[in-house]
Amino acid sequence: MNKIAKQTISKHTKKRYIWAYLFILPQVIVFLGLSLYPIIMSYVYSFYDWSGIGPLTDFIGFDNYKNVFTEEKFWNAFKNTFIYTSGFTTISVSVALILALILNSPNLKGRTIYRTIYFLPVVTTTAIVGIIMKNIFGNQGLINQVLVMVGVIDQAIPWLVNPFTAMIVLIIVGSWKEIGIIMIYWLTGLQMIPKELYEAAKIDGAGHWQTLRYITLPMLAPVGATILLLTTVSSMRVFDLVKTLTNGGPFFSTETLELYIYRFAFASEGPSQVGYASTVGVILGMTVFIISLLLGWVVMKVNRHKNKNGLKVEVEK
Amino acid sequence: MRSKITWGIIHIFLILFGFIWIYPFIWMISSSLKTNASFLTSGINPIPETLNWENYTRAWDVANFSGYFLNSVVITLGTVTIVVLLSCLTGYALGRVDFPGRKTMIVIIGALMFIPTGYTIIPLYELMKFLGLSNTLFGVVLAESSGAHVLFILLFAAFFSRVPKEIEEAAAIDGSGFLKTFFKIILPSAKPVIATAVIMQFIWTWSSFLIPLVLTLNNPDLRTLAVGMLSFVGKYQTDWTGMAAGASISLLPVILIFIVMQRYFIEGISGSVK
Repeated sequence: MNKIAKQTISKHTKKRYIWAYLFILPQVIVFLGLSLYPIIMSYVYSFYDWSGIGPLTDFIGFDNYKNVFTEEKFWNAFKNTFIYTSGFTTISVSVALILALILNSPNLKGRTIYRTIYFLPVVTTTAIVGIIMKNIFGNQGLINQVLVMVGVIDQAIPWLVNPFTAMIVLIIVGSWKEIGIIMIYWLTGLQMIPKELYEAAKIDGAGHWQTLRYITLPMLAPVGATILLLTTVSSMRVFDLVKTLTNGGPFFSTETLELYIYRFAFASEGPSQVGYASTVGVILGMTVFIISLLLGWVVMKVNRHKNKNGLKVEVEK
Repeated sequence: MRSKITWGIIHIFLILFGFIWIYPFIWMISSSLKTNASFLTSGINPIPETLNWENYTRAWDVANFSGYFLNSVVITLGTVTIVVLLSCLTGYALGRVDFPGRKTMIVIIGALMFIPTGYTIIPLYELMKFLGLSNTLFGVVLAESSGAHVLFILLFAAFFSRVPKEIEEAAAIDGSGFLKTFFKIILPSAKPVIATAVIMQFIWTWSSFLIPLVLTLNNPDLRTLAVGMLSFVGKYQTDWTGMAAGASISLLPVILIFIVMQRYFIEGISGSVK
């Protein structure tokens, strides 16, 4: 009797295993074909001199890589990507934190409405937003009209014609677009802080700023490190906004790496240089990878530090 | 008393700043209802003299936004269906069945997030050409469905792992097989997670730009709203109000869906940090 029961169970379990494999299969196929294969080929193409038409025949080893590093415009795009990423990360992470701290207070009425408003730009299509903003920051655009009317400036500022202001506009619009999502990250982190800590601080007579300085901010550090990692890595691949808002101009002053790659792959005046574009793609991928390793190491350090402190508190008790 | 004043100041700040925050969209809608002449002369006054719907008919019929809109809808619906179905099935297997190799699989999925990738759009484009799909909407849908969908798989796996064992056992005693139990009993209970995945993927695909841009380079008929918009402003450079109408057609659907379903979207995002 027992034996039979065991046998049916194992037969039943075996069937479950088979079904489980079948359930996973479609996702595995899609991943291998549509993700892993393109990732591998994106490396392979980088070793060929190839215009994108016809078979891959012209293997040139590391020649593309050598060429990339001597290209002035590549270093220009590299520099622009870092300027954008630093500006974007600084502004968006800090403004999002301030908003989250305000919206997290339970006494604030209408929190959901405010959250919806500040989150709204996140769901809108970046490419469309870029086109709208190109108009708003145009010479006769809304921003100039308002500034002239208020009397801040006498003459329209050519925001997108001047290389310096064009980059600033790009950073501000990019930050505005993503602050809502980073705010939600911070809010999630804030809600993970145990309520008891605040109660204890209240009993000890700590004021608003003291609570913020000695409880909220230190407790947010691990989430903050993760947020820093996410925003840095995603902003290094900025494309949609740059393509539609400045298209890399004026005079390549806002051309980021993704735009540089796109230009060589699809928008060059002569024949496309797909092999060369792929090489820059690999270099960008590696750069992002190295930076995420560095930031990932910071995340781990911060977490370990926090755990150590947590232990201390318990020991003291 | 003092705290009342502080709250008042905070509210005034939040409302004023919030108004500026979404003003670009208010400006977009109001411009789409002006005539090109009054757009240039009315300055910063956002209220149009008369409601002028002509920009919408021009964008819809002449500038082919009707076609772009249809393409966006088809691509988005197709991609959402594929991605949510795949990640739901995988999430169930990983969260519910302790099959041999499960742990390895979870480790691999975690590691996938960190693979350094090159410029994958070129091989993806070549692949679609090879499959004979380079000039079809289905090709765009397939390309949009690529990826490991790590976030959704983890969301589904976490949800399914919490479903009480008794439900499945009761179904098994009633003679219900694996598939039937999944589709009839387990899947309906996962509605909130499905809603989260659907709305997130919907917004991502609707906003996607590079994939449809590259895959429709040689075929303007397949352009989506975002790609069509770029070619529109290239072609009709001075038609500001037509541009605003096109932008409104592209953004209003996704804004409305977000406002109605925002709970699910925001929950999904907070889930991704945890």
